[in-house]
Amino acid sequence: MNEGYIPILFMLALATAFCVVVVILSRLVGKRQDSSEKLMAYECGNIPTGNARQRFPIKFYIIAMLFIVFDIEAMFLYPWAVIYKSLKLFGLIEMVLFVGILLIGFIYIWKKGALEWGSRNI
Amino acid sequence: MEQQLFWLWGGIAVISAVMMILKRNPVHSALCLVVVFVSLALLYVLLGAEFLAAVQVIVYAGAIMVLFLFVIMLLNLETEVRSQGLSRVAFKACSLAGTGLLLLLLLGGGAVKALRAMAPEQVSGVPGNTQAVAELLFTKYLLPFEVTSILLLAAIVGALVLAGKRD
Amino acid sequence: MGIETGTVMLSIIGPEVVLVLAALGIMMTDLFVKSDSEQPFLMWIGFVGMLGALAVSASFWGKEAAYGFYGMVVADNFSAFFTTLFLIAGGLTLLMSSGYVRAQGIAAGEYYTLTLFATTGMVLMAQSTDLIMLFLGLEVLSVSLYVLAGMAQDSTRSAESSLKYFMLGAFSTGFLLYGIALLYGACGSTRLADIGSVLAQKQILREPMLLAGMGLLLTGFGFKIAMAPFHRWAPDVYEGAPTPITGFMSVGVKAAAFAALLRVFAGSLAALSPHWKELLWIGSVLTMTIGNVAALRQTNIKRMLAYSSIAHAGYILIGVVAGGSAGTGAVLYYLLVYTLMNIGAFAVVITIEQKGEKNLNLSAYAGIGSRHLALGAAMAVFMFSLAGIPPFSGFMGKFYIFSAAVKEGYIGLTIIAVLNSLVSVYYYLRVTVMMFMQEPESGAEEAAVFFHPALAGVLLIAIFFTVQMGLFPSSYLQFAQDSIKMFL
Repeated sequence: MNEGYIPILFMLALATAFCVVVVILSRLVGKRQDSSEKLMAYECGNIPTGNARQRFPIKFYIIAMLFIVFDIEAMFLYPWAVIYKSLKLFGLIEMVLFVGILLIGFIYIWKKGALEWGSRNI
Repeated sequence: MEQQLFWLWGGIAVISAVMMILKRNPVHSALCLVVVFVSLALLYVLLGAEFLAAVQVIVYAGAIMVLFLFVIMLLNLETEVRSQGLSRVAFKACSLAGTGLLLLLLLGGGAVKALRAMAPEQVSGVPGNTQAVAELLFTKYLLPFEVTSILLLAAIVGALVLAGKRD
Repeated sequence: MGIETGTVMLSIIGPEVVLVLAALGIMMTDLFVKSDSEQPFLMWIGFVGMLGALAVSASFWGKEAAYGFYGMVVADNFSAFFTTLFLIAGGLTLLMSSGYVRAQGIAAGEYYTLTLFATTGMVLMAQSTDLIMLFLGLEVLSVSLYVLAGMAQDSTRSAESSLKYFMLGAFSTGFLLYGIALLYGACGSTRLADIGSVLAQKQILREPMLLAGMGLLLTGFGFKIAMAPFHRWAPDVYEGAPTPITGFMSVGVKAAAFAALLRVFAGSLAALSPHWKELLWIGSVLTMTIGNVAALRQTNIKRMLAYSSIAHAGYILIGVVAGGSAGTGAVLYYLLVYTLMNIGAFAVVITIEQKGEKNLNLSAYAGIGSRHLALGAAMAVFMFSLAGIPPFSGFMGKFYIFSAAVKEGYIGLTIIAVLNSLVSVYYYLRVTVMMFMQEPESGAEEAAVFFHPALAGVLLIAIFFTVQMGLFPSSYLQFAQDSIKMFL
């Protein structure tokens, strides 16, 4: 265990403690008078309409899925950036291949219209 | 110190994992899963694997949790679906599976012992092991790295095919 | 095994490179050439890719084993054999799909791309000499097939098929990964050669972690080859998937999993063989018995062929249990035989199948033989061969496997297998009897036949090899035995 993490640990403990203390304090000090208006879901002052748990269009799911894929791609760039100087041209070719294949995937989703919000043809 | 922290994070991870299963509201379950992911990331930090910890937070606690939440929304799980308890048989099956998993965990504990004894190539407690990971990833594990791109490409095509399917 | 490290040797993964390039070519053509007539063109791009990959892998045959990518992959006779087998299966699947994809309205570009990716994954599995690589190959294969299984026109059933395959597949991958982790913990390496040499020292053979790792690995592979008791996914998945993909799964995935099983178990974990042979013995008996008995009761042809494929996995496992030159050689020979005859049977099913998954019921086959003699005769050949009736290749396959088992002293196993083969004759012959000796129920719509030249080509190739490999098996058996020299 290296000492560099002690401040982060400390910060973590402090943040947790702060949240807990504030919640408990407001419980103890504040008065609780529940009314139906107060328990209503808060929608920026408007009267809430319907349940908050609406069905999402499948579009969101596709976007999240694609996000994961390109997130993973980006993850591989970090270690590469750390040592790319020692890898020289070899490393560049490796990464160009990797990114190139995923770039084809990107062109693919673009042309298929998965990134367009309005159209329904995917 | 390291020992205590291990037990702390490990304990939080196990408790949150159990909570995730027991919670009836799927969104609460998802939040418990976030806690599991983060405490796993902290365990990685304890092992000196910062890069892995960062990946754990960014990919799992970030991207994959977003997907989980979207799927929960997509399925539109209503109260009546959620409130169905476990049937007796399912409960028995789950407890059996849990016992099996626990046994595997104990074996995994044995694995740690054996790993210590053998000290294989990759494990390095030196701070900044991103470099060590990178050196292995781009030389010895070059092919798995490149094949990952094919795997991701297949996943992209697959996601579009399945999600774009109309009835 | 001396591993040459430090070199990349791109030529080792030549077949994969060709396949991936073909897949990317299909994707790009699909995107940028917008016309309806490009559909067969897409298939031919894939087919040419398969042929190219076949040519590359054939150039590996008979040479010294060459390692590439820091010892991650190998090109040897074994991998060349399996690559050939996968490319035959993949190529025939593409030909079978050509008319089917169009008739059923399946998105052609994605379909062919994923088929090529799946084949790439199989080839990677056969070539990998490292558990990480093996896992990635398996994932490329599985992810493509999860999606392909869901592409059929019958949305509900196909989605069920895809989801079931995905869930159980992901679960089995979990088992496999945990097995790899434990094995790594026990041996300190994921490299197959290193694991083999650690185990050769015999100090840790009784380590529970090692045995648990072996068991989990076996479970993971068991799922993929549909070994009982991990076979439950197969009938539903096979039924819902597009028919050419069902054919592809039943031969390709099985062969890929057996290739990996042989490399890991017969190769690296040979020191543990008393343990895993015992497990596989039980698995084999369960698999063939359950497969054959359940197949008796099926009325849907795809489900029947699914159970039949489970049963055949059981027979092949006998060869793995028997081991040695005879047993392992027989496994490879059987896989080759099974690939051709089973793809042939699925080609007949596609010919009879109508849009919207009609005519999959056995009763739809009544009388087809007398109206379409050639088709009936083709199905009869495949059914006889699957049942193991001489002179077709299925008989020789069983003969080699059973004789290897007897030679190694597995008499009980052989007797059970022979009894099982007898049971299987009933349901295979029932199809033939249905086709030739029964008339369709009065009032029932007469089944039309869906004819496509590529499909006829597949049928001819499959019949030719099913007969030829049965009549002149020795050169094929020699091919199989040359492929396994490095295990012995």
